[in-house]
Amino acid sequence: MIKRPKPERFRLRRTMMFMNAQKPGLIKDAYIYGCDSIMLDLEDAVAENQKDAARFSLYHALTTIDYGNTEVIVRINGLDTPHWQEDIRVCVAGGADGIRIAKCESAQDVHTVEAAVEAAEKEFGVEVGRTLLMAALESPKGILNAYEICSASDRMFGVAISGGDFRKCMQTTFQPDGVDMLAARGQMLLAARAAGIQCFDTVFTDLDDDAGFEAEVRQNKAMGFDGKSLINPKQIRLVHQVFTPTEKEVRQAEKIVRAIEEQAKLGIGVFTVDGKMLDIAFVPGAKRTLKLAKACGMYEGDLV
Amino acid sequence: MEICKTAAAGTLESSDCLVTVEPGNGISLELSSSVMNQYGRQIKATVLETLERLGVENAAVTVVDKGALDCTLKARVECAVFRSCDASAENIPWGGAVR
Repeated sequence: MIKRPKPERFRLRRTMMFMNAQKPGLIKDAYIYGCDSIMLDLEDAVAENQKDAARFSLYHALTTIDYGNTEVIVRINGLDTPHWQEDIRVCVAGGADGIRIAKCESAQDVHTVEAAVEAAEKEFGVEVGRTLLMAALESPKGILNAYEICSASDRMFGVAISGGDFRKCMQTTFQPDGVDMLAARGQMLLAARAAGIQCFDTVFTDLDDDAGFEAEVRQNKAMGFDGKSLINPKQIRLVHQVFTPTEKEVRQAEKIVRAIEEQAKLGIGVFTVDGKMLDIAFVPGAKRTLKLAKACGMYEGDLV
Repeated sequence: MEICKTAAAGTLESSDCLVTVEPGNGISLELSSSVMNQYGRQIKATVLETLERLGVENAAVTVVDKGALDCTLKARVECAVFRSCDASAENIPWGGAVR
């Protein structure tokens, strides 16, 4: 049996690729694509009369296949279905790194799932607290309650918006400039940052529209997302490109951190480098760039 | 486990298999596979082991294999057996008889 290492609550998660847990052809070699996380789906991708079969398939995939450094998250069925409790048992017994709560609308939803996860951890002899959680917000109510959801548990590592369901609720459709979900994305990002967890954007479903996909990924990055959900391996490369800092950004960040540390020793708080004002407020941003670069394997220094 | 009625699990897609279990006397296994020459013996062993672990002593089992890995074969056999007892939806002994 494959023993996965203890999941890290905060790790690199630029890409999270969905795949149907019921399809052996998909899940048997999902690690070769190089996405940061895979999302094995027990929910919408699995037909109602195959929910049981998907769990058996998932259990053996989790315990037999070595996914290496690829994080393995499972999307469970909604709390309004008869499936979610058994979904949680199989996730915990199989040693999934985390569980994505579909259609999350309140902190209570997170607490309900957390209680079932803890019970399963005790049942299967798994360290209590090992299994991480993330929430998918799919309704206006979920977005309005984003902060209480994001801060509901120490197991929560992130929150994501699910575009299809959300647009339906809002009586809108996909818009190339993102205006359909602008407020929702903004509110969710605010909540995630206030709670100190990660934030992921929804899938882009038109696989033939490369320009539209790139525009959306760049907007995601500009808005401050940590990563994006994907439906096809061919989407991975661009997201990694956009979300990985450039060499220039890394060098600049290194320079900023060093300069501020050196000047502070001399008792200087504010100064200029390359014509730009710098003070202590620039350190967290620069350090974040370096941490991201380190996680991407681009930086090996000791500043972070 | 007792096979109470005919049940099936799986598909005929590549890398999958379709497993059917029916009530029977003793264990009988009918196997066809797209990789019969290379893996027939191993597939048979995996199916029989899985049935034994589930305590199934009487069943007529049909497996149509399309190149499934061992872990998929196990998952399909288990699901078919639990379905035949109407017990596939909850309280599965993960890590116990299912492993």
